[in-house]
Amino acid sequence: MQHFDGNLLAGPLADVFAFDPTGARARCNGCGAVAELATMLVYRSGAGSVARCRDCGAVLLSLVDGDGRMFVNFIGMGAIEIATTGRDDA
Amino acid sequence: MSGVQQLQAAPRTGWHVAEVVETRRETPSAARITLDVDGWPGNLAGQHLDVRLTAPDGYTATRSYSIASSGDGERVVLAVDRLPDGEVSPFLVDELRAGDRLEVHGPLGAFFVWRPPADGGTGRPVQLIAGGSGVVPLVAIARAHAEAGDATPFRLLYSVRTPDDVFFADELETAARGPAPFAVEFVYTRRAPAGTDAPVGRITRERLAAGVIGADAAPVVYVCGSTGFVERVAGWLIELGHHQTAIRTERYGGT
Repeated sequence: MQHFDGNLLAGPLADVFAFDPTGARARCNGCGAVAELATMLVYRSGAGSVARCRDCGAVLLSLVDGDGRMFVNFIGMGAIEIATTGRDDA
Repeated sequence: MSGVQQLQAAPRTGWHVAEVVETRRETPSAARITLDVDGWPGNLAGQHLDVRLTAPDGYTATRSYSIASSGDGERVVLAVDRLPDGEVSPFLVDELRAGDRLEVHGPLGAFFVWRPPADGGTGRPVQLIAGGSGVVPLVAIARAHAEAGDATPFRLLYSVRTPDDVFFADELETAARGPAPFAVEFVYTRRAPAGTDAPVGRITRERLAAGVIGADAAPVVYVCGSTGFVERVAGWLIELGHHQTAIRTERYGGT
């Protein structure tokens, strides 16, 4: 299946967070790698998107959108590190 | 360094109504689309936006497109390549007319962006690597670099089918002639310009090694193109000694 990357989730995730978090780093619960959300490998289908760790392939998050609701599951990642200094909405 | 960069916060993201100001042929398969976006907060070089089309029956299709422009103001320039099996791009390339309205979400992207060094000093050299229409966000970066008169050394390696398929050829030439250090090298995959003996064919590890700033100069590398292109190039860059954290990638695709 064709895949893309986390840059593609900037729009949907910005609808969930108060900002676009693709520049934030998170730890993969599978292998411990820490990387920006933009570097996740993203697989899309009609049902939604699944994002996997670029290093070990573990599922980091899934996002299902439909029927006026969005389901986001950060199933495979630990804390997300978000820069708060200098952000215009901080 | 990163602390300084964070002080330049990215503009807030939101949904906006865009009106098409102009659309014109960019290449035989692509259109350059200039939008006037109501309430657009400006965007950083390298960012993208999502376009949402809604059919009369309520069916919607959303696709991401890179922005070829940057800076303040409500004018936004896109360049969209027509994908033959696409659901959205054939409409944008062939049907869209001045005066049409689109829903856009943006500016988006906090990772694949470039900012001029905040202190005016020279930052790490920057190597841009484009495959096909993946050049669009890199054009925004190259133009922002030129407009800032930034002294950071920049290079673009641009893999493209033929000379006719080059996006923003005039703008790239202007940037290369400007005072900001910027050099462009093309890899032609199907046909080179007449009268040249440039090799024709897909990029190889050897051509990549010869055409990019070496790992010893510790450049920041931006790679944008199809998934296959990006992963081939990023893999070779790591083999050539570039550090994974110095390589920023954006895979495009999708109709």
